[in-house]
Amino acid sequence: MQKLVNIPDLCAKAREMRCEIIRMLGEAGSGHPGGSLSCADLLTALYFNALKHDPKNPKWPDRDRLVLSKGHGAPALYAALALCGYFPKEQLLTLRQLGSPLQGHPDMRKLPGLEASTGSLGQGLSIGIGIALAQILDKKDYRTYVVLSDGECNEGQIWEAAASAAHFKLNHLIAILDYNKYQLDGAVKDILDMEPMAKKWESFGWNVCEIDGHNMVEILEALEWAEKQGGAPSMIIAHTIKGKGVSFMENNNNFHGVAPTQEETVKALQELGGK
Amino acid sequence: MAIEKKLGAATRDAYGKALVQLGKTNPKVVVLDADLSKSTKTAAFGQQFPDRFFDMGIQEANMVGVAAGLAAQGKIPFVSSFACFLICKTHDQLRMSVAFPELNVKIVTSHGGISVGEDGASQQSIEDIALVCTLPGFVVMIPADQYSAEKLVLQAAEWKGPVYIRTGRPKAPILYNENSSFQIGKGVRLREGTDVTLVANGLQVFEALCAQETLKGKGIRASVVDLHTIKPLDQALLLEEAKRTGAFVVCEEHQIWGGLGSAVATFLSKEYPVPVEFVAIQDTYAESGKPDELLEKYGLTAPYIVEAAERVLAKKSSLTRA
Repeated sequence: MQKLVNIPDLCAKAREMRCEIIRMLGEAGSGHPGGSLSCADLLTALYFNALKHDPKNPKWPDRDRLVLSKGHGAPALYAALALCGYFPKEQLLTLRQLGSPLQGHPDMRKLPGLEASTGSLGQGLSIGIGIALAQILDKKDYRTYVVLSDGECNEGQIWEAAASAAHFKLNHLIAILDYNKYQLDGAVKDILDMEPMAKKWESFGWNVCEIDGHNMVEILEALEWAEKQGGAPSMIIAHTIKGKGVSFMENNNNFHGVAPTQEETVKALQELGGK
Repeated sequence: MAIEKKLGAATRDAYGKALVQLGKTNPKVVVLDADLSKSTKTAAFGQQFPDRFFDMGIQEANMVGVAAGLAAQGKIPFVSSFACFLICKTHDQLRMSVAFPELNVKIVTSHGGISVGEDGASQQSIEDIALVCTLPGFVVMIPADQYSAEKLVLQAAEWKGPVYIRTGRPKAPILYNENSSFQIGKGVRLREGTDVTLVANGLQVFEALCAQETLKGKGIRASVVDLHTIKPLDQALLLEEAKRTGAFVVCEEHQIWGGLGSAVATFLSKEYPVPVEFVAIQDTYAESGKPDELLEKYGLTAPYIVEAAERVLAKKSSLTRA
């Protein structure tokens, strides 16, 4: 598919994605706006620039794979897939409805473009390792991207996987941490502080870089940087803002797992210029 | 008259042998182990096919997730560790990463049951069958001897979808031979009787055969069924037995809650209610000891099956009189 290479185009696409996220969640009446909005710029850069993929051929053997380990961010992933053309945009409004392929959390059996089923936190990085090992066995060149949340790094399995990926020297495995500083019960630093985050990943043997996860230039540079790293997996720690793009949702953890009301939906769409 | 007890290989050894065969014939097969490959017997595969063998270290949760990723790309991962560690520690990963997405992952554990022996209760798996049976779509099996273990492992590789096989540590009495045939989901009727049906799997099949001999001496004709597959249950065979004998004893080296006994009882109570007795571990953990001593102490040997058969026959006759 046609890549977006200009920063303004990518920023416009990210705004469009945020509008879709708000519309879907407003229509569904439940879901996770905060963590969907925080990773919208990252997913835009991935799906419209960095990833090698073909929405007309979702099972293309040479495609890059993306696993959304933070499964509650599904609305962002669905919006990205729909805007790329994996399925009609209208289908987004069926989110969470009975019979819809757009399940509350990703179900890989139901929707094209999904590489994993997630929703129980901590498991996506291990799945990414398996995909990356298969890539080596199959002598392919594709990359595997795994999007993690910060709260998810509380899980022990993440650190099992961190050690494992470095041990197998999986340089085609790229993790992106949507570090929005909040988990359901409050600020990550208050619930289970994971700092120093970068040092943890470095000490596990990963290439690590830190960026502003809403700065499209920095995101693209980081993704390029990660592609060039050798000998070890790479971690892009993206500092983000939960609820980014909607003033009354930003850093407001009440929107972790509560959808906007009809009124809030209208207001949010006005702010995003999406009517 | 006692039947001859001829010990063969342990079912875990048969697994190791089958894996090597699969390594030669099926390039999609990959093997993962959590630092127990010498005990689970995956080591031989690792030596012969090092590129397709992943020793994951002592991290079962990650191992199951990695297997899911490999399966999603078309590989057929066989994942092994001790039954208690692999199944108890990774129930969430088996659920989220394997069962829910219906991925083609084969979980094969060793050290099932209390016949693990001297290592004690922490290493003895008595809950694994119940745990895996709760996961939709999983096939669940306990083979009884080296021949059935080997053939069922080979079949598991051909089966599309998640499979769990429990193997055991001690040498297992030989029941079959190289020409015996097995099918996932189909029980094997080893003896046909008219009074009572003894259903068993794993090492309990041999005990059931011994019990059948003893019962014969008492004038009781018992069927013996090796129900190596707990899920999917061989309903046709159970129904046939229920109609002919009208009484069951279910024998398993597992906690009484949630294993083969529960599966058989659930089916029978719905389709053809008949009295059922259970030879199983009575809601307790075992301890260190020799395997035979443990099976005896925890009520899992032939004399207990004979007693259970007599109890169930008493129930059956009281029901008939009523």
